[in-house]
Amino acid sequence: MTYVAKPRVRHPLLPINELGLTRRDYEGAVSTLCAGCGHDSVSAAIVQACAELALPPHKFAKVSGIGCSSKTPSYFLSHSHGFNAVHGRMPSVATGANLANRELYCVGVSGDGDSASIGIGQFAHIVRRRINMLYIVDNNGTYGLTKGQFSATNDKGSTSKKGVPNLYEPIDLVSMALQIGASFVARSFSGDKSQLVPLIQAGLMHKGFAFIDVISPCVAFNNHNGSTKSYDYVRGHSERLVSADYIAAGEEITVDYESGTAEDVAMPDGSTLRLRKLDENYDPRDRVQALTHVQRAAEAGEVVTGLLYVDPDAADCHDALGTPAAPLNALDESVLCPGAAALVGVNAQLS
Amino acid sequence: MKATDIADPNYFHKVVDCQWACPAHTPVPDYIRLIAEERFTEAYMLNWDSNVFPGILGRTCDRPCEPACRRVRTEEKPVAICRLKRVAADHKGDISAFMPKVPKKKNGKRICLMGAGPASLAVARDLLPFGYEIDMFDRDPAGGGMMRSQIPAFRLPADVLEEEVDLILDMGVNAQFGYEITSMKAMLDMDYDAYFVGTGAPRGRDLDLPGRQEVDDHISIGIDWLSSVAFGHTSSISGKVIVMGGGNTAMDCCRTSKRLGAERVTVVVRSAFDVMKASEWEKEDAMSEGIPIINNRPPKEFLHDNGKLTGIVFECVKPIPDGKGRYRYEPSGEPDVVVECDHVLMAIGQENHCPWVERDAGIEFDKWDCPILDEDTLQSSHPKVFFGGDSALGPENIIWASAHAHKAAISIHLMCQGKDIKQDRPPEGVNLISQKMGIHQWSYDAEHDAAKRFLVPHANKRKALDNIKIEVELGFDARLGLKEAQRCLNCDVQTVFTEKLCIECDACVDICPMDCITFTDNAEEPDLRTALMAPAENEEQDLYVSESLTTGRVMVKDEDVCLHCGLCAERCPTHAWDMQKSVIHIPQLGSYASG
Repeated sequence: MTYVAKPRVRHPLLPINELGLTRRDYEGAVSTLCAGCGHDSVSAAIVQACAELALPPHKFAKVSGIGCSSKTPSYFLSHSHGFNAVHGRMPSVATGANLANRELYCVGVSGDGDSASIGIGQFAHIVRRRINMLYIVDNNGTYGLTKGQFSATNDKGSTSKKGVPNLYEPIDLVSMALQIGASFVARSFSGDKSQLVPLIQAGLMHKGFAFIDVISPCVAFNNHNGSTKSYDYVRGHSERLVSADYIAAGEEITVDYESGTAEDVAMPDGSTLRLRKLDENYDPRDRVQALTHVQRAAEAGEVVTGLLYVDPDAADCHDALGTPAAPLNALDESVLCPGAAALVGVNAQLS
Repeated sequence: MKATDIADPNYFHKVVDCQWACPAHTPVPDYIRLIAEERFTEAYMLNWDSNVFPGILGRTCDRPCEPACRRVRTEEKPVAICRLKRVAADHKGDISAFMPKVPKKKNGKRICLMGAGPASLAVARDLLPFGYEIDMFDRDPAGGGMMRSQIPAFRLPADVLEEEVDLILDMGVNAQFGYEITSMKAMLDMDYDAYFVGTGAPRGRDLDLPGRQEVDDHISIGIDWLSSVAFGHTSSISGKVIVMGGGNTAMDCCRTSKRLGAERVTVVVRSAFDVMKASEWEKEDAMSEGIPIINNRPPKEFLHDNGKLTGIVFECVKPIPDGKGRYRYEPSGEPDVVVECDHVLMAIGQENHCPWVERDAGIEFDKWDCPILDEDTLQSSHPKVFFGGDSALGPENIIWASAHAHKAAISIHLMCQGKDIKQDRPPEGVNLISQKMGIHQWSYDAEHDAAKRFLVPHANKRKALDNIKIEVELGFDARLGLKEAQRCLNCDVQTVFTEKLCIECDACVDICPMDCITFTDNAEEPDLRTALMAPAENEEQDLYVSESLTTGRVMVKDEDVCLHCGLCAERCPTHAWDMQKSVIHIPQLGSYASG
């Protein structure tokens, strides 16, 4: 918690995007989380990603549940829409919001407790429904808000601050998301914005359910030597698999990579997703291989990061339901209530 | 880049832009905080210790600190540092308890100070507490030098001047006023242990143009004329007056003429308006009193009618920028202009001039007739003779006289103690003191105040123009002073980084309102300057670079626009960032504020 207000003055040379806004215009309130919390870096990464993409803040719907992570939507994009749902129920609200207004960029921020414990049922179902949104889990392996109990994503054998080991197997949200149909699955680290910001940009622009599991250390309760979710552990045990750079439509595509390691993927909106593979044998389009790789690495105590799987052409929930292209709030009465003649037509189909 | 050495006193000194720019290195943010706490007496003494004449400088300083103020770079207008100095002087209480003690028993060394202006007075102040016997000689009937003779009372009231001059004279100076020094050799024969020449730059320049000799009665040299006004020999001027020149003396001449009854006053300047030497606010004040300033008009000829001055012919030129911030001038093609006048005041510059120093007295002069001095010690080629103020390096502001005086006093003291005046000089130093009081408590007001610069109230213009003794600027009252003091960014409370505590969580990077902090791979300075969160284009401002961190990266902080708001330290979970006040130790004899 900080009592010194963040001054409104900004660096005179801060880049101004096409909307005439600087990064500062995408900020929210000053964080009330503990100093050094990884979640604040995730918020800052979202701010940077949105500012660089020059997305209009009022076109965002921020949704969250309960927990430290779920407080963070207050700390970015203050000029956007937001809903803070009941614990673990953010996916329901996100589903409703996206169905009602498909034109909003839907960003959900949840935590390991909110998504892997109380909300695991909701999480599983929003993945399989492929709601068009970016779903970020600030994953610190601990219940920070209730003073440091192990969460469901805490690795077996990882210890508490007092040295007591965790007895249970962890839930891996990345594997779950891969298994039940997410079309964009990534893992990153709050302490590595050079990787996280492009992933957020790609996830925002991806059509379908984009999931990013961000390991975000809890400085107060889970950043000690026995923890597998500390700054030091993650830095010492992470393997960057595939970097993703989002290149907007019409932007010049420069070649600055070694041949054979990069692949440009065309996105439906005309933009390009450039995947740079650090392991030549890894194919981020192969879901089964991704799942195997992630599990093998977990066995070895390694954390794989980067864009692990992407299907740029996947259908989302709106495609599956065949909803109209215009958002619900833009449909007038004549469309919503087409009248008796239309009813006759519908009934005829059922007879 | 190599990691920054913060033990080097210059590193953090440079971050305190105002203090760095001040010739006397007055600890500006420190006294501004005291003003904000309404501790005016302490604020005054902190100033007095460093620049010797806070009340006078608070009205007349050329303010090199203000254009340097960080606020110019982060927002727009600098903190009104000079006027805050005056607030301290105007509101101070009894300072007698803070005054240095002067021993009754002298140390047996006798020092001769020539001139009773700011430089000599400041040397006297520095030396007296050490038991030196100080003899001071000046041709004027009272002390103060150019502060008395050249600065008009509407800018510097006599009581303010006298208070600060007497403060020093009353410490025990043996002053001999009305004493015209005519021979350096004669002075040297008096066998003092050391001599300090602080006689200023008393010769105003003249213009040798056609007609000059014939109209001699109608032409005055600006500084001599101001002096004769100051000492009551001149109390009026009539008819149309032209003031030639574009410096502060010209502004004082024209405003004084206006008050002494001139029918019309015009300032005519050879060069362009924006390169005039006068301070911005002096020009503004003159113009607001209805005095036109005509630029780009070099004079050609004095017109007269049988020795009675009738006007001056001016050529018309236009300034052509040379791309280096200066101008060259070309004829504009307009016909010459005649400006009618009855009297001319020449304020086109002045020189240091010591005709009384025999050229075989052992003091060498350079080709511009300036004494050859050692820059660090201000010693001339005669080992016992030191120079300071305008007589040392030519006309400058009072604040330079104070700065020179501190240097010369150290030299004189070392010499009289039989020490080497170069090798044995005390070094500069820096102390860093954490300002953390509690988890979220700092001992300074870290909150950024977005207020714009407050204007200083002025006296009623009609009344002010009627009486030369009415001070034009009224100064901030305590309430406005407090508000203006809040604008100070506390640049002396430094962001100090400790590598081994940093866990590279990025909290400081995320919270910094000015994007000053970046964690990145190390590189050479030019590359690093472009690789930061916001480009560091101001190369005059340093980059603070850490040693290598756990990830192999370094922390780089661009000092340029840091608000010293302390948010990096607030958000740092491991105390790797701390806000620490830098106390810069500038060598000075018997400094009151040594801590």
